[in-house]
Amino acid sequence: MQDRPTLAESRSAREGLPPGWEVVIGLEIHVELATRSKVFCGCSTEFGAPPNTHVCPVCLGLPGSLPVLNEKAVEYAVRAGLALNCRVAELAKFDRKNYFYPDLPKAYQISQYDRPLCADGWLDVEVDGRTRRVGIIRVHLEEETGKLVHSTATIVGSRYSLVDYNRCGVPLIEIVTRPDMRTPEEARLFLEELRRVMLYLGISDVKMEEGSLRCDANVSLRRPGEQRLGTKTEVKNLNTFKAVERALRYEAWRQAAILEEGGVIRQETRAWDESSGTTILMRTKETVEDYRYFPEPDLPPVQLDPSWVDAIRRSLPELPAARRRRLEETYKLPAYDASVLCEHPALADFFEDVARRTGDPKAASNWVMSEVLRLLRAMGMEPADLAGRETWAAYLSEVLDLVRAGTVTATVGKEVLEESLRTGQPPSAIVRARGLEQVGDESQLVQWVRQAIAANPDAVASYRSGKEQAAGFLVGQVMKLSRGKANPKVVGELVRKELGPPGQG
Amino acid sequence: MTGAVAMTEEGALLFGSIEQLSERLWRGEISARELAEAHLRQIERIDGEIHAYLTVVAERALAQAEEADRRIARRRQEEGGAVDVRRLEPSERLVGIPWACKDVLCTEGVRTTCGSRMLEHFVPPYSATAVRRLDEAGAVMLGKVNMDEFAMGSSNENSAFGPTRNPWDLARVPGGSSGGSAAAVAAGEAVFSLGSDTGGSVRLPASYCGVVGLKPTYGAVSRYGLVAYASSLDQVGPIARSVRDCAIVFEAIAGPDPMDATSAPGPVPEVLPTLELGVKGVRLGIAPEYFGEGLSAPVREAVLGAVARLEREGATTVEVRMPHLEYALPVYYIISSSEASSNLARYDGVRYGLREPGDDVVAMFSRTRRAGFGDEVKRRIMLGTYALSTGYYDAFYVKAQKVRTLIRRDFEQAFERADVLVTPVSPSVAFRLGERVDDPLRMYLTDIYTLSVNLAGLPAVSVPCGFSPEGLPIGVQIIGPAFAEARVLQVARAVEAAVADQVAHRRPAVAVR
Amino acid sequence: MPAITPDEVRHVARLARLELSEEEVARFTQQLGEILQAARRLQELDTEGVDPTFYPLPLRNVFRPDEVRPSLPRERVLQNAPEVEADMFRVPRIIEEA
Repeated sequence: MQDRPTLAESRSAREGLPPGWEVVIGLEIHVELATRSKVFCGCSTEFGAPPNTHVCPVCLGLPGSLPVLNEKAVEYAVRAGLALNCRVAELAKFDRKNYFYPDLPKAYQISQYDRPLCADGWLDVEVDGRTRRVGIIRVHLEEETGKLVHSTATIVGSRYSLVDYNRCGVPLIEIVTRPDMRTPEEARLFLEELRRVMLYLGISDVKMEEGSLRCDANVSLRRPGEQRLGTKTEVKNLNTFKAVERALRYEAWRQAAILEEGGVIRQETRAWDESSGTTILMRTKETVEDYRYFPEPDLPPVQLDPSWVDAIRRSLPELPAARRRRLEETYKLPAYDASVLCEHPALADFFEDVARRTGDPKAASNWVMSEVLRLLRAMGMEPADLAGRETWAAYLSEVLDLVRAGTVTATVGKEVLEESLRTGQPPSAIVRARGLEQVGDESQLVQWVRQAIAANPDAVASYRSGKEQAAGFLVGQVMKLSRGKANPKVVGELVRKELGPPGQG
Repeated sequence: MTGAVAMTEEGALLFGSIEQLSERLWRGEISARELAEAHLRQIERIDGEIHAYLTVVAERALAQAEEADRRIARRRQEEGGAVDVRRLEPSERLVGIPWACKDVLCTEGVRTTCGSRMLEHFVPPYSATAVRRLDEAGAVMLGKVNMDEFAMGSSNENSAFGPTRNPWDLARVPGGSSGGSAAAVAAGEAVFSLGSDTGGSVRLPASYCGVVGLKPTYGAVSRYGLVAYASSLDQVGPIARSVRDCAIVFEAIAGPDPMDATSAPGPVPEVLPTLELGVKGVRLGIAPEYFGEGLSAPVREAVLGAVARLEREGATTVEVRMPHLEYALPVYYIISSSEASSNLARYDGVRYGLREPGDDVVAMFSRTRRAGFGDEVKRRIMLGTYALSTGYYDAFYVKAQKVRTLIRRDFEQAFERADVLVTPVSPSVAFRLGERVDDPLRMYLTDIYTLSVNLAGLPAVSVPCGFSPEGLPIGVQIIGPAFAEARVLQVARAVEAAVADQVAHRRPAVAVR
Repeated sequence: MPAITPDEVRHVARLARLELSEEEVARFTQQLGEILQAARRLQELDTEGVDPTFYPLPLRNVFRPDEVRPSLPRERVLQNAPEVEADMFRVPRIIEEA
């Protein structure tokens, strides 16, 4: 009724935001914790098991079953809270959130309501070179629900559904931010940094595609300068970082269109629909459940010893922001490099290892950012898989040394690195075995240059008529003849020497 | 009708105490198999009239009995013949002893209905901790006994499978919700049983059926596997024909459990060593609030008579006040119904239990719960849902929990001047079937003396102290401070000894035909 | 002044996923009304500064270690299921209200 998807859609196809409005965004993020067992029982949390094979009376909600709290889940939640600069509660407790849904075996979720484990923190995000501080209202611990599989691709129009309770009871932390973000881009950047923090803490593998990181967004509009918040809508079904940004942009335009017509925003829950690029109404406020929260009688409260909390605080690893700064300062790297290298702690560790071994941080950085990342992708691996691979760091370092010494060209070096990583043979051995040493013998180079000139009269003519770039082509031909082993710089000089300056008849 | 029992062979097997039977088993005089068979025969003979049992597991029981016999034989061989019962390990006292389990406790592989259509065909894949401990102790489970649906009721008339009848008068209720547990023990259909007590559900039927029932301190016995009614009030409790038997079973099932985060830490409580110490110098707290208008004359007489006998044995009485006792009823109903409304939400037809068809899942939920639950359960779910709902949570649930604190304080203050409190269990003796079903509020009043004990989480026992003129049993309640089971049972034992001439050796007529 | 109205009873029944007949609505309205009336008595008590007893025992920090324990074999998980398909619990369609 009040939806104008076409109008909003066409507007949001542009990059900007509706003019004359302040967009207010808050996020609710769920992170699955990587404990070995579930939060209230001993079932395994391992991903990918056959349906209903990691289930027991407790997580199945059988009559008579009782929850018992996993201490590691509490520790991980506290780590997350501390990394987000929160206050850790002196006394925290659990509450039941009551509602009916097939993926919720007890028909209540054990969560935390008024006394969460952590509260009142913040996380800084770099946006366009400026630092924005996003407030964190709370970080609390709760249990995951089961997974539903529908008889059709989505729940809409499905005749029946199937339930798998393997994930039911996996520990989750819910992180709620203050409505401090002002653009969809900020929200995406915040989410990316939050994800990085979780990776650095080692408490989750935060993969949106596997459901270990989920995000819902709240967005409202108000006139600039207005103190009161506008009515917000909740947006769900955001499955990628891009979706977060696109959905928020769409929603901002949709709300603006309504408000500008004199309409009123209803408090609704809307689902992002990737294929249409719009948000679709899921529930209105009237049909919102009354969760009837009350303290969970089966779980005694948690009273954390301040010295234990301090020990956790002291044991926190270096977080992404600090690491990026350190890489910039210590290794004199540009912000861009530091940012790419710090995407994953294992990648940053790898870089530092190589940099230390080879003594050339900038080269290490270039090669890690381009070659290593490319090779990982080609081998079906991820930055996380670099953990513990000191031999690889040694190999890359060796290649860098060989290139710097002129023993091989950069081109050859890349090939050698790939073979080294794939076969496990050290680079120097490969170079020797395949005779890949760079050719430095000038007479051989001159021979190849004359060969290339003789074989490419058009290029020569082009060069003589003033096209300097033609020399590059000839250099390329020499590289082919030499199977990459010629030093391109030297070849370039020889070509010019042979032909004389360009444009000479 | 009652009758004095001539101790026949069979009678001795059916009405022996745990120690008497244990001695005969370990002496090799009887076998566990014989003992189990005798009980199965008794069930066959009389349970058609009493209807205590919902499920009898004859084959399984005999298998357990044979295992018990093998265990006894092995031990006897080690000892070269006889085994001195007095030197038995606590873990050996219950070997071969037949018992009945209230159908509210999960028993692996054995149907567990909670007296409800909702779970009529439910077979748990695990056993409750209390059940497991009895299995490990070598006790022989004869079957699952009847109860008010999901433990909500005071008369056992709320069972979806028909009421249990009081063995002393088959036209009367046995009390509830552990009606089957108490009736089976009173009628010689089991040596002891396990019940559960949330507002009086072990003590009340024990009183109505003339047997001993103990509600332990909250946390003393694990709730793992006890189908939850009200999580902060529920406790598993033993029912037997003597205080000593109750004490033996309590020691076997009590103690911390890593599967129950609300179970009390610390060593397994010992109650037997001090059981026979008597009541010399013990201060008995008498609160006038328990002896007001609603109390019927026979009950008042029997209870005060028991007090007088204890005084003759050296106890002193002291008056204590329980000013908030009158609020126990609404406090109990709000808290228990609120917790129950949440605990019973899992019965939705998805994973186990009854399922009624529906076009969509919400229709399925609603129709399943409509068909699966009886009226009393629905009433309490509605009350609890209301009390927890937005706008009412503070006025009802939180308020009730605060008044609960006031009630706990009343007890704490009373225990500064008294060692135990002595009160009636219920205002009257067992009433007639059908008498109170249409008046829920009147039915709730049956429990007014027992409810507050659960709110305070304290231990309490009901022990027979007399009979009404019509020959119906009357129990007296002994309440103690937290974790004072030893003291509570000690005083109960003294009552038992003092009234033995009146009460002991009387058996319900139906049981001895 | 009724303690609870039939509409409230219907609302509560919806929250609790209990389908009630009109006769039941009427009956429960009356019965719940009586019980709630009795419960109103609690308002006469002064509970200023009194903490609610949410937990009967003064327990704190009851934990279990992060160790994997055997799960139930799948047949046991599914053994009481009303409807099973592909080793999962089958339920009728879930309609998201809009």
